Amino acid sequence: MDLNFSAEDVAFREEVRAFIRDHYPAYLNEKIDEGEEMAKEDFLAWHKVLHEKGWISPAWPVEYGGTGWTATQRYIWSEETARADCVRLMPFGLSMVGPVIYTFGTPEQKAKFLPRIRSGEDWWCQGYSEPGSGSDLASLRTRAERFTGDDGKEYYRVNGQKTWTTMAQHADWGFFLVRTDPAAKMQEGISFLLIDMKTPGITVRPIITLGGEHEVNEVWLEDVIVPVENRVFHENKGWTCAKFLLAHERTGIAGVAASKRNVERIKQVARNTADGGDALLANPFFKRKVAELEVDLAALEYTELRTLAGESSGKGPGPESSLLKIKGTEIQQRLTELALEAAGTYGAPYFRSMGEGDNSFAVGPDSARRTAPVYFNMRKTSIYGGSNEIQRNIIAKMVLGL
Amino acid sequence: MDFNFTEEQTMLRDMLSRYLADTYNFDARQKVVHGGKGWNPAVWQAFAEELGILGASFSEAHGGLGGGAIENMVLMEEMGRAIVLEPYLSTVVIGGGALKHVGGAIADAVIPSIIAGTTRIAFAAYEPQGRFYLNDLTTTLKGGQLNGHKAVVEGAAHATHLLVTARTAGGQRDAGGVALLLIPADAKGITRRDYLTVHGTSASEVYFENVAVGAEHVLREEALPLIEAVVDEATAALCAEACGVLKVLHATTLDYAKQRKQFGKAIGDFQVIQHRLVDMFMEVEQAVSMTMMATLKLDTAERSAAVSMAKAKVGKAAKFVGQNAVQIHGGIGITQELAVGHYFKRATLIENQFGSVDFHLSRYEGIALAA
Repeated sequence: MDLNFSAEDVAFREEVRAFIRDHYPAYLNEKIDEGEEMAKEDFLAWHKVLHEKGWISPAWPVEYGGTGWTATQRYIWSEETARADCVRLMPFGLSMVGPVIYTFGTPEQKAKFLPRIRSGEDWWCQGYSEPGSGSDLASLRTRAERFTGDDGKEYYRVNGQKTWTTMAQHADWGFFLVRTDPAAKMQEGISFLLIDMKTPGITVRPIITLGGEHEVNEVWLEDVIVPVENRVFHENKGWTCAKFLLAHERTGIAGVAASKRNVERIKQVARNTADGGDALLANPFFKRKVAELEVDLAALEYTELRTLAGESSGKGPGPESSLLKIKGTEIQQRLTELALEAAGTYGAPYFRSMGEGDNSFAVGPDSARRTAPVYFNMRKTSIYGGSNEIQRNIIAKMVLGL
Repeated sequence: MDFNFTEEQTMLRDMLSRYLADTYNFDARQKVVHGGKGWNPAVWQAFAEELGILGASFSEAHGGLGGGAIENMVLMEEMGRAIVLEPYLSTVVIGGGALKHVGGAIADAVIPSIIAGTTRIAFAAYEPQGRFYLNDLTTTLKGGQLNGHKAVVEGAAHATHLLVTARTAGGQRDAGGVALLLIPADAKGITRRDYLTVHGTSASEVYFENVAVGAEHVLREEALPLIEAVVDEATAALCAEACGVLKVLHATTLDYAKQRKQFGKAIGDFQVIQHRLVDMFMEVEQAVSMTMMATLKLDTAERSAAVSMAKAKVGKAAKFVGQNAVQIHGGIGITQELAVGHYFKRATLIENQFGSVDFHLSRYEGIALAA
């Protein structure tokens, strides 16, 4: 047991650092800082650089395009990308449907979809939640009826409504949970379908969230025809894929490296913000909140490292990942609270009201500019991916045997 | 980076775990507590001879097994699981730890007798006015004579030696002028008022009146940095003990929630109880993580910050897990009859041992959060 990095790991860190320095598209961060809308090609700019380098899917098995990095190297990778403020890669293909396809998919599905996820050619979205099915996901009602087409092939006709579909406005493909057997008990009659978002009958409508962003959407499906070959795993066994995907989603969700970066940012702001004749970071109450946050973040970091050590010794992400999801999102939210508090009165001006990308109307310190929208936006983290209450149910059942 | 225990460390854990399961059950422990001595010499002898664990963290040159802080962590966690009363922390981690730092002839002379179980050391550092501050000393060593009063010295009544901090120069809270002494516990001029602590160990108020201290008793003249390093190592070991205590509290409470029926079903079927047990589980897991982190950073520049972070987290976990273990047990949890209450008492004392949550958060802020 020791915390030291090997000489190979140190060299790897240098290599990663140099690569980011030389190849990261820095204009992205300027756009974000200015509060400009990110276009689809902006989201994909970093993705494509990494794909060219062969580093787009480090955690995948090598045969499907993984890098074969050790858990320590992946830890270094996440630390370095966070340190350099690299934009987050869209997880829907890389961390969600990709692992489902290479784990449960047919050879044809793997050959067709995995390279396009890695190249960024296909943008994926997630069709899980429905208006009546949030935490109780297995109650979903979107219906897929099987029929034989005029060409003699097998199809599903899909009808229903999905919601909270993140970035569906850009999506080429979606992975959908649909009910294929309405008579079966809840989890039993569900299947996992890959649907081309250009199929007739799909309508995407924006939902604008509290910070003014268009991240999420409603997706309506009306007589959408999907070939049966686009079903992953067995009919009525989609819940297996769904659970696998959620456990995968939860491991990255801890966001340790990004939160470490954000703590440093808040400390810097608090050093430069006046508070009654002294620095805000000298205020004992503010300072105590920062200290407690750093303690909890260290506890999360070392718990994640222990979990990763377990995974590299052969265990996949298990129900313990629910702990990382709960504590990771709590910390992400506390960080946004502290940033908003540090902004003081300059948390109030709404930057989108000042003209997109127009700096001449900027008021207050740059660090305060987006604190309120980010605070509002990050309330999602304890709700998505299975709410933190659902995560407690999972631990109670799967770990504690209750 | 590596988070796995070596085969030897796992064997060490298993050996102590088996011994404690066989001989140190709750009834046996309570018999020792009721005996009023605060320890069982036969257990200490077994640690030294039958198990040979007292040498685990000492070098082979001193007759030990060549381990260090990780071995202490492994052993302390097991001792926490059985709420062991015997003075491993003060004798091996603190006394032995100080001697390892000092080295030289005195280490060569004393460490083998620690390993053999014949030397037992009590840590006489904290004072009534000093709270958790190791530099806040009114005990003085002047002209070869020691005078002062040390507070709540665990194991002093059955120690062979006292490890004493004393001021040789400077003001009451100065960092300079603090010496570290190792003196015989029966030296002339030492008086004690002995009592039991609330969890059953023995402790004493220790008074020094013109105790003659020769140069051979002075481990180091300017000793505050050494004392802080030793107490950081002891705090990490205490965190490990806490992990053992908290794991048992959680497991016992989980088991109880599955058995205890109210309103026609097990109370563990109620979601409010389930979520409480999950929150306790998460606190325990994080305490384990922080204990490992602090233990692995003891020999780095981050030592003090890491230990204070860990102790702050573990202190909070001790309160949360302990209080909720009693709460979920209900009335039976506040009696002497079940083990859970005794684990709760140990967890509660650990909260403030070597500094409270607030003390360690403030210490961390002083190191890492300068404005």
